[in-house]
Amino acid sequence: MKKKKVLSIVLAAAMIAGLTAGCGSDSGSGEGGSEEAKGKVYYLNFKPEADEYWQELAETYTDETGVPVTVLTAASGEYEKTLKSEMAKTDAPTLFQVNGPVGLASWKDYCYDLSDSDIAGELTDDSFALMDGDKMAGIAYVVENYGIIYNKALLEQAGYTADDITDFDSFKEVVEDITARKDELGFSAFTSAGMDGSSDWRFKTHLANLPIYYEYKDEGIDTTDAIKGTYLDNYRQIWDLYINNATCAPTEISTKTADDATAEFVTEEAVFYQNGTWEYNNIADVGDENLGILPIYIGVEGEENQGVCTGTENYWCVNSKASEDDIQATLDFMNWCVTSDEGVEAMCSDMGFVIPFPANLESTNTLVNEANKYMEEGKTPVTWCFSTMPSEEWKNGVGSALTAYAADQTDANWDAVVSAFVDGWAAEAAATK
Amino acid sequence: MEKAVKRYMPIFVLPTFFAFILGFIIPFIMGIWLSFCEFTTVTDAKFVGISNYIEALKDTVFRHSFWYTCLFAAVSLIVINVFAFALAMALTQKMKGTNIFRTIFFMPNLIGGIVLGYIWQLIFNGILAKYQTALGLNEWYGFWGLIILVSWQQIGYMMIIYIAGLQSIPGDVMEAAQIDGASGIQRLFRVTIPMMMPSITICMFLSITNGFKLFDQNLSLTAGEPSKMSEMMALNIFNTFYGRTGWEGVGQAKAVIFFVIVVGIGLIQLRATRSKEVQQ
Repeated sequence: MKKKKVLSIVLAAAMIAGLTAGCGSDSGSGEGGSEEAKGKVYYLNFKPEADEYWQELAETYTDETGVPVTVLTAASGEYEKTLKSEMAKTDAPTLFQVNGPVGLASWKDYCYDLSDSDIAGELTDDSFALMDGDKMAGIAYVVENYGIIYNKALLEQAGYTADDITDFDSFKEVVEDITARKDELGFSAFTSAGMDGSSDWRFKTHLANLPIYYEYKDEGIDTTDAIKGTYLDNYRQIWDLYINNATCAPTEISTKTADDATAEFVTEEAVFYQNGTWEYNNIADVGDENLGILPIYIGVEGEENQGVCTGTENYWCVNSKASEDDIQATLDFMNWCVTSDEGVEAMCSDMGFVIPFPANLESTNTLVNEANKYMEEGKTPVTWCFSTMPSEEWKNGVGSALTAYAADQTDANWDAVVSAFVDGWAAEAAATK
Repeated sequence: MEKAVKRYMPIFVLPTFFAFILGFIIPFIMGIWLSFCEFTTVTDAKFVGISNYIEALKDTVFRHSFWYTCLFAAVSLIVINVFAFALAMALTQKMKGTNIFRTIFFMPNLIGGIVLGYIWQLIFNGILAKYQTALGLNEWYGFWGLIILVSWQQIGYMMIIYIAGLQSIPGDVMEAAQIDGASGIQRLFRVTIPMMMPSITICMFLSITNGFKLFDQNLSLTAGEPSKMSEMMALNIFNTFYGRTGWEGVGQAKAVIFFVIVVGIGLIQLRATRSKEVQQ
């Protein structure tokens, strides 16, 4: 009897041990490094397309310095969710990202002041720092461009070159001519303007940036609680052009995904594709010599001098609630990434980034080089104002209204877009605490 | 034997109880506490009183999703149970291949909700594209789409419970009714259904709570389109939590309200059907 009792206690203990074993098993890893290595780095990466290269870079750094670096990448569109749960853990990320002023609002209590850090001194321009009052809360580590990517060969086949497109009217002419001769040419003007969750940000966020940019420019402001929507008629013009000259009927766009659009572009079903330099690896099959990028013209006075949209929504922040050692280790790691040969090589060549630091290398990304031509020609880049959009809810509201309008293009439905844009902005700006 | 079970009860219960506390009780209490707080991460919260509840109740989309969810739960409850019961009746008849049919009807239940949502989205959109429209353009397409989806998924499961119930009805009761001259309809309503009340209670409870809690199918099939009009309560809570900076607490408050509603409705339904159960 006694034996049985002992046995059952042992069994029960074993069960409990089994339950708890899962929790603490990963502590103790990465302790084999050199003596001087204090602190560790845990980076929560925003860009799934760069994950592989970050893992390699982390390994290189650990080999070189003995400081353990963990890189975790959130799935596309899941960054905020992942960050929220990771930050609640004891071993929280020491290095994380915010997308701009609105993203910073949630995390400002967690941002370490980077003003005195080495990496802050490396920045080529102070505008790449994200400020929270006097505190330098974030530092941009990549500058990106977006516009209308086009296939040079197809455009030539249709009898045009990029030089024919200098403003909205000339662009519209080209697009509508291609649509008119669609059957004869065998391709459409635009890829599908998919409003599925994987693709709708191209329009509710990136395209919506243009009317906001011009309004901010008119008013001389860089953020607002109440947008007026001065350029929404232009927004409608360009949206009409996108949806009515695409590979699919405007009623079908709610079902189209980002993969659909990419596939259509790569298989040469369409000439134009609104997206950014980050898309390069996915569309490289078209061939470097065939890739070009156009500014998004929306029919504003003087837009011949407008360049592509250039900016960033990737700011590095250091977790101020991490231990001193970890913070120092993280700052060192960041600095190493943008100054050492290995780091710069990985960021510029492997990941295809343009980094706002002096060590930046000539890019191998054709789209980046094409976009830079506009800079060299002295055109004014469009800044990324979309990081001042008041909330995700606002973007979703505009996106839903755009989809409904596409299916039934009446003035009443456009009014719903305007209302989501203007009234939605005011409501969301007021609701966001 | 019974004495031994009683004596060792703590040992058998403890591991599960421990897991239950860790995985359910603690998050639940934390969740209630957080509904009174403003927070970015769950371990770092600031008490703000009932303001989250006020925001939650002021939200018109939340109220819309409440009615939409109630309607959905009611319709799915009826559709699922009527079909599941009918199938169970059919598949307890003496005929060949009933086991194969039972297996086939049960199989959709083995596929996860997200996957089902995407599969049915392709099917529905494929059909709707012929009529120049799509699932995300009308809230009622989404509604009926979801009804078809959950029916397809859950009928087989409820059917199995009903079959077990039907098989437990003693043969002599039916025989006696038949000898007394009861017609088929009379036998169904006067004998079979009263004898089946325990199964009906459990099936109705499962389908009504599933209807309220529906999340993955909603997320993958319609994602709330058009403009949140097909957003059900669980999805609304999720979107509130992540949609705006500083609204995590409001999402949490909605979740507590949601919990109270589901528990309330579940209990009322249990009491209503329990009272109709008969002793065999």
